Amino acid sequence: MTTAVAISFVVNGEHIEASVLPRLNLADFLREYLKLTGTHVGCEHGVCGACTVRVNGDIVRSCLLLAVQAHNATVETIEGVSDSGEIADLQSAFRDRNALQCGFCTPGMLMAAQDLLKQSLSPNRQQIREHLSGNYCRCTGYQAIVDAIETTVRTRAGRLP
Amino acid sequence: MKASAFAYARATSVANALELLTAHGDKARVLSGGQSLLPAMNLRLISPELIIDIGELAELRGVAVKEGVLTIGALTRHVDLLKSSEIAAHAPLLTEAVAHVAHPAIRNRGTIGGSLAHADPASELPACMLTLEAILIARGPGGERRIPAAKFFTGIYETALGPQELLVAIELPVSPGSATHFFHEFARRHGDYAIVGLAAQAVVRDGRFADLRLGFFAVGDRPLLAGAAGKLVDVAITSGVLSGALSALDEELDPLEDQQATPAMRRHLAKVLLARCVSALLGRPDLLSGATA
Ligand SMILES: Cc1cc2nc3c(=O)[nH]c(=O)nc-3n(C[C@H](O)[C@H](O)[C@H](O)COP(=O)(O)OP(=O)(O)OC[C@H]3O[C@@H](n4cnc5c(N)ncnc54)[C@H](O)[C@@H]3O)c2cc1C
Ligand code: FES
Ligand code: FES
Repeated sequence: MTTAVAISFVVNGEHIEASVLPRLNLADFLREYLKLTGTHVGCEHGVCGACTVRVNGDIVRSCLLLAVQAHNATVETIEGVSDSGEIADLQSAFRDRNALQCGFCTPGMLMAAQDLLKQSLSPNRQQIREHLSGNYCRCTGYQAIVDAIETTVRTRAGRLP
Repeated sequence: MKASAFAYARATSVANALELLTAHGDKARVLSGGQSLLPAMNLRLISPELIIDIGELAELRGVAVKEGVLTIGALTRHVDLLKSSEIAAHAPLLTEAVAHVAHPAIRNRGTIGGSLAHADPASELPACMLTLEAILIARGPGGERRIPAAKFFTGIYETALGPQELLVAIELPVSPGSATHFFHEFARRHGDYAIVGLAAQAVVRDGRFADLRLGFFAVGDRPLLAGAAGKLVDVAITSGVLSGALSALDEELDPLEDQQATPAMRRHLAKVLLARCVSALLGRPDLLSGATA
C-alpha cells in the first residue's frame, strides 16, 4: 500500500499532474520535481520558516505538508509571487535596507511579510515582529528585515519613506 | 530528516475514517493539520504504517452556538478560532490563548482537535479546555463518548482516546457575561511552547471571587486545574490569603525538568503567574509585592 498516489494541483498558475509517494513533502516536490528551488528547506520540522509557501491563499510550512495533501489545492511559491510582480516593492526594500546577506531565509521572510501586508494595512513594528516570529535568519539580524517591511508598509500606504 | 515510508488513505467521511481506524487501529495514525504529527515523523520519533488523512472532512470543521453551548469541530484550524466572532464573544479566553499557539503559518494548518489529541503538556489549548469545562466528544466503533476535559488528559502525549477513536468535536458552555479572564505564558520567543502558562477565568462580585478556575500548563505531565483556587473564592483577598493560595499551589505542582527550566524555576514562575492573575482580575496592584519573575 505504500504505493504512489496520483495528485493534481495548480502551482504558480500552472496545472500539475503527478504521481508521488505519500512520504514526499511539498517542499521536496517543488524543489526536486518542479525545480522551483526558491522554496528552501532548513529544519524540516516547522521551526525555521525557510519553506513557507502559500496554499489556497494561506501561508504554510511546505516541509509539514505532504505533497498528497496538496491535491486539488492552489500553491504559490516565491517564484510565482516574484514573477507576477506582487512583491517587487518588498524585494527592493529588502535590497535597499540590507535585509539579506546569504539569502537563505529570504524567500520565507518575503512570503510571511507579504502575508502580513495583505491582512493589515498599517502593522507596527511589534506586529511585524510577531508575524515573522516563526522565521529564522542566521545572518542579517531582524532589525533590517523589520525596517524593510516597515518601509514597504509606508510606500504602499502612498507615503514615501 | 525525512519520514519513513507509509501508506496513505484520504478519508472520504467520518464513517470511512472510523472504518479505517477500526481495521488498522494501532498501526495507523490520523492526520489532521500535521503540525505535530509530521515533525514527529520527520524526526523518526514515530513511523506509522498507515496515515488516515481526515483533512477534507468538512463535517468536522466550524464553530456553532446553540442554547448556551459553543460547539467546535475538531478540524477547526487555530486561525479560524482566532478569527471567530462566536469564540470572541462566548469564550474570549480561547481567542486570547490561540494567539500564543505557534506561528501564523502553523496556525493556518494546525487544528484544535489535533492539539488536544496530541496533548503536549506545554500547549495552551488543553489547559483552556480544563478552565472552560469543555466536553470532548469522541467517536469510535462503539459509538460516541462524551469525555470531560478533566478526564481526557492522562499524561505526556497521552489521552483517554482509544486507538480506534476519533475526536470529533468540543463543547464549551458559553462564558457568563459576568466572567473575566486572564491569560499569560512565559516563552522564549512569541509562539514557542510555554515554559509555564496560566489560562484563568473568574467571576468577580463586590471585589471577591465568586468563581475562579485556574488552568496551568507546562507545570507537569498534563494540564492542571489548580485546587488552590478554592482558597481564593468567597473570601476577602489579603496578602495573607494570597500567600496561602501560593503555598497550596506549590504543593499541587509536580513540574518536569527539561532544557528550558528546572522544576524550581517552574514552581517559581507558576506562583508569579497566580499572583499576577489575582491582582489583575481584582484590579489590586497592592497584591503584587514580591511577585517578580
Ligand atoms: C514550530 C512549531 C511550534 C509550535 N508551537 C506550538 C505552541 O506554542 N503551542 C501549541 O499548542 N502547539 C504548538 N505547535 C503544535 C501545533 O499547534 C499543532 O497544530 C497541534 O499541536 C497539532 O494539531 P494538528 O492539527 O496539526 O494535528 P496533527 O499533527 O495532524 O496530529 C497530532 C496528533 O493528534 C492525532 N490527531 C489529530 N487529529 C485527531 C482527531 N481528530 N482525533 C484523534 N486523533 C487526532 C494525530 O494522530 C497525531 O497523533 C507547534 C508546532 C510547530 C511545528
Ligand atoms: S524547513 Fe520547513 S520550517 Fe524549516
Ligand atoms: S540572510 Fe542568511 S539566513 Fe537570513
